[in-house]
Amino acid sequence: MRTIARLDVKNEFVIKGIHLEGLRKVGDPNLLARMYYEAGIDEIIFVDAVASLYNRNNLFSVIRKASEEVFVPITIGGGLRTLSDVELALDSGADKVAINTSAVRDPNFITEVAKRYGSQCVVASVQAKRSGAGWEAYIETGREKTGLSVLEWVKCLQDLGAGELLLTSVDQEGTKTGFDIRLVKEVNESVSIPVILSGGYGLPKHLDELFKVTEPSGLCFASVLHYRAVSVEELKRTVNTALAKQSL
Amino acid sequence: MKKIVVLDYGLGNVRSVRNALHAIGAQADITRDKTVIDQSDGMIVPGVGAFPHGMECLEKFGLVQQIKAYIESGRQVLGICLGMQLLFQKSTEFKLTEGLGLISGSVERIPVLPNEGRLPHIAWSTICPTNIGSETLFYGLPESELRFYFVHSFAAYQVPKENVSATVKYLGHDIVAAAQHGNVWGTQFHPEKSGSNGLQVLKNFVNRCNLLE
Repeated sequence: MRTIARLDVKNEFVIKGIHLEGLRKVGDPNLLARMYYEAGIDEIIFVDAVASLYNRNNLFSVIRKASEEVFVPITIGGGLRTLSDVELALDSGADKVAINTSAVRDPNFITEVAKRYGSQCVVASVQAKRSGAGWEAYIETGREKTGLSVLEWVKCLQDLGAGELLLTSVDQEGTKTGFDIRLVKEVNESVSIPVILSGGYGLPKHLDELFKVTEPSGLCFASVLHYRAVSVEELKRTVNTALAKQSL
Repeated sequence: MKKIVVLDYGLGNVRSVRNALHAIGAQADITRDKTVIDQSDGMIVPGVGAFPHGMECLEKFGLVQQIKAYIESGRQVLGICLGMQLLFQKSTEFKLTEGLGLISGSVERIPVLPNEGRLPHIAWSTICPTNIGSETLFYGLPESELRFYFVHSFAAYQVPKENVSATVKYLGHDIVAAAQHGNVWGTQFHPEKSGSNGLQVLKNFVNRCNLLE
């Protein structure tokens, strides 16, 4: 199980909100990335929280610096629209790109990126919000509906060439009240590519509850790390303990 | 300072490899320029993506002969991920493709069944080195924490035992994690993305480069 730090960046600050909204500044992205790396984080995901909305790509300089001092996989997401955006992102030192809005607007974009750079570098990002008995995919950091059913959309993303899924539960995001377990289970069963879960962790028991039902390939943490509720070491230990309980 | 060339053949995370080499105090040039290659102490062949495309790109830039001549000159070459797979004789990814043939073995899909789990193998996995002496890539690592970052669906099979320098288990399948034949080295994992363990592996490789100097 990969333990991943998620840093949502607005201008030059890491920010954190609830349900992807009501954002507060929590620190310098490069400082936090280096701190988490030195503490043993498995992977780092930077998400440009405004790029999709205002058409800005100011995260590249952060990535450039991070790739010189952080030697674990780095993913960048938010506002990547064209192949040249992707090229610039990878050139800045990112290993993977997370794509949401552009995939909804033009599904072939996923295929184009996968063809040119390999599936291993394409993370399809899905923002899921409960809707009736299922979930609907959202774009623009959880603000705009797409009309797409999450369970259908994730299969489609896999067929288009995505190498991994970054699944964000908009309902649980930032709440620290636990995961949307049914969502993870159903997405996990819908695809055969690795699923990274983002949104909801607050307490160790949330992991026990999740792993009893399903195991994602990776878990993203933001609030608990940024607000120093737990250290990276402690978090990794907690994840491993919860996993070990399941295999007993 | 050792001069390492990171082979630029249009594929892969060349910048990450260069940054990691800088972090351990080596000089690193991303290049396919013959003069720069000729003046270097060691070569890293990075690479991500599919095997046939990797070979095509090496051929397109006339690098197949250059790599072979480099090895014949006695200098050290390290292949990473796809770069390692290209060192073997052949691959069955998409179609049967001939590799560089520098180490015996064939690159094939890890035989994971749908009910066993997922491919690609994207994970931090604990490797099992066959030797951790000072002449290996695994010297000076913390023995209890041999975790490295893997991203692959294909792996090398039918590799002679003496050329396997580390193995890893994924969903019960034994996979070659690192291989060596003389001055030709390969890691299936990404040392440039494996934290301090990975940097130590790169340092061990760089230390093997141009020992006579």
